[in-house]
Amino acid sequence: MFKYLLKRTFQMVFVLFIVSVIVFTMTSVIGNPVYNMLPQKATDQQIQEVVVMLGLDKPLYVQYWIFLKNAIRGEFGRSYTHFVPALGLIVSKFPATIEIVIVAMGLTILLGISLGVLAGARPKSKISKLIMFGSLAGISLPSFFMGMVYIFVFAVSLRWLPVSGRGEIGTILGIRTSLATLDGWRHIILPSMTLALLNIATIIRLVRAGMMEVMRQDFIKFARSKGVAARKVLYGHALKNILIPVVTIFGLQLGELIAFTTITETIFAWPGMGKLLIDSITNLDRPIISAYLLFVAILFVVINFVVDILYTFIDPRIDLNS
Amino acid sequence: MEERNKVLEVKNLKTWFHTFKGVVKAVDDVSFELYEKEILGIVGESGGGKSITGFSIINMIDEPGIIETGEILFEGRNIVRLSEGEMNKIRGKKISMIFQDPMTSLNPVYTIGKQLEEILILHESLSKKERRNRCIELLKAVGISNAEKRLKNYPHEFSGGMRQRVVIAIALASNPKIIIADEPTTALDVTIQAQILRLMKKLVRENNCALILITHDLAVIAEMADRVNVMYCGKIVESGYTRDIIFHHLHPYTQGLIGSIPGTDTEKKRLTTIEGVVPNMFDLPKGCKFAPRCAYRQPVCFEEEPEIRDFGDNHRAACFFPVREGAV
Ligand SMILES: Nc1ncnc2c1ncn2[C@@H]1O[C@H](COP(=O)(O)OP(=O)(O)O)[C@@H](O)[C@H]1O
Ligand SMILES: [Mg+2]
Repeated sequence: MFKYLLKRTFQMVFVLFIVSVIVFTMTSVIGNPVYNMLPQKATDQQIQEVVVMLGLDKPLYVQYWIFLKNAIRGEFGRSYTHFVPALGLIVSKFPATIEIVIVAMGLTILLGISLGVLAGARPKSKISKLIMFGSLAGISLPSFFMGMVYIFVFAVSLRWLPVSGRGEIGTILGIRTSLATLDGWRHIILPSMTLALLNIATIIRLVRAGMMEVMRQDFIKFARSKGVAARKVLYGHALKNILIPVVTIFGLQLGELIAFTTITETIFAWPGMGKLLIDSITNLDRPIISAYLLFVAILFVVINFVVDILYTFIDPRIDLNS
Repeated sequence: MEERNKVLEVKNLKTWFHTFKGVVKAVDDVSFELYEKEILGIVGESGGGKSITGFSIINMIDEPGIIETGEILFEGRNIVRLSEGEMNKIRGKKISMIFQDPMTSLNPVYTIGKQLEEILILHESLSKKERRNRCIELLKAVGISNAEKRLKNYPHEFSGGMRQRVVIAIALASNPKIIIADEPTTALDVTIQAQILRLMKKLVRENNCALILITHDLAVIAEMADRVNVMYCGKIVESGYTRDIIFHHLHPYTQGLIGSIPGTDTEKKRLTTIEGVVPNMFDLPKGCKFAPRCAYRQPVCFEEEPEIRDFGDNHRAACFFPVREGAV
């Protein structure tokens, strides 16, 4: 195990190094922030001052070295538009994003697995066919469209839920989040549903296919012949055998949601990281974009690592060292 | 004959599969009884309905199959139409099953300790400590050394023979009245086969349990069973005491099965196999199902289906022209 952890840590550092090179290259090549920061009529002298201030006059490798040193310390410079440290800004938006992601992933686990198991256990039943039809719709319809449909139906027509915004914010364990208040929850539901729909549909299909496969196995028949009740056969014996692909996809979905809630946050005017990213791209706010990309890279690497560790808990035959 | 008690009686059981292509009469009007502490063999070629007979007894027939008619009398009641909940009190507790492939009948993601314990949790009221002790005792009984340590192992850490021992331990855990073993040694090496069969015989005797031993291998039956049902195309074509079936068989199909055991034919050194193939289950012949392959067939065999007849001393056969070869 220790050997594995060491190897894995080395791998992660290597991946992050590559990502940092890419991020640096991209952000120093695309666009020139200087012109965005200065008025149209700025003199050459003023432009030169800003270039020196941002360190853009130094050779690229020196710029990269400075970038890397600062990045390791969590310093990506101040946002060109908000004038506060970039990473701090991202971190301050993190709770808003993570709260809709958590609810979305909760919905995904709950509905994706239970409906998938149901559909896989009795593939010929009416309810199963209905679930499959629903999941096909969930996969086919773009989520931004569904987000607008939800707004129209639940917020505008029925007036059950608010149209946009984050709602009232409370404190849980010292973190300021809308999950702490009822009004917050009312605001969270629609964006979370928008985020979750595609994921639920994907997990349903994955779980169903796995269940149909595994239910034919002898060990399922053997469990039934022991007198294990149908429900326990499904959730106790069958489900654990199909969790490997489910956890893999779930990990990817989680990373993707945290990183790219942009569209949903835009539709619902949700003040999270996704909205920050979109705004920063429009303003060519380099420090934020690079901090964001590295942040996301770390997130993916960590989630991947956790997923790999989970594998060994799910399936004892998996040996991480090989 | 000593007075013996029936533990199970199957009457006119019909288990059919309603598929797209038509109806498969996997088990068609099968009747037999099982006595206490007896080993009853069910033998026949693959596809004859042996496994489906076994699954019918514990009511584990999946769609598109259904038990059409028939009674299965166990402990004084007909268990064919019991609810799943009622059935789950019988499965594993009173009637347990052992399957063909020990490599696949244990759940790969749970330790064998957990899988053994599960059946005890379901059917026995023991404390945690008592359960653990019983698990160890069971593993020892099936000849697994170092039982305490082995409880923590996963199925993939055992060999095929060892896994089948674990499966047997699970089947025995609740002291069932009946064990149904479906080809329990078919997937194992020949040397291990003999060990496992001997173990099963010993344990069944010690635990006063009756065994239904399903196999396509008459040699196994000869070794193990007290009585035998010979099945062909969903029907019992002959039944009787093992020695009668082996030495005084009446049905040409039984004769064919015996002819195909290597080394039992003393006169001819050649191995005979039954000519032809098992008929298509969707399109069974009209009269006797075996007639097309039978060496003794007569025109009537294609017209009428022979009823099962009693030939005395529990020996029954369904044939118009029973073979008398070797009869006393
Ligand atoms: N799920 C099913 N659908 C259709 N036919 C089936 C199904 N299961 C079994 N059968 C049919 O039932 C017959 C008896 O099967 P089985 O009891 O497994 O035979 P055996 O155990 O004697 O080899 C076979 O002809 C098989 O094709
Ligand atoms: Mg079979």
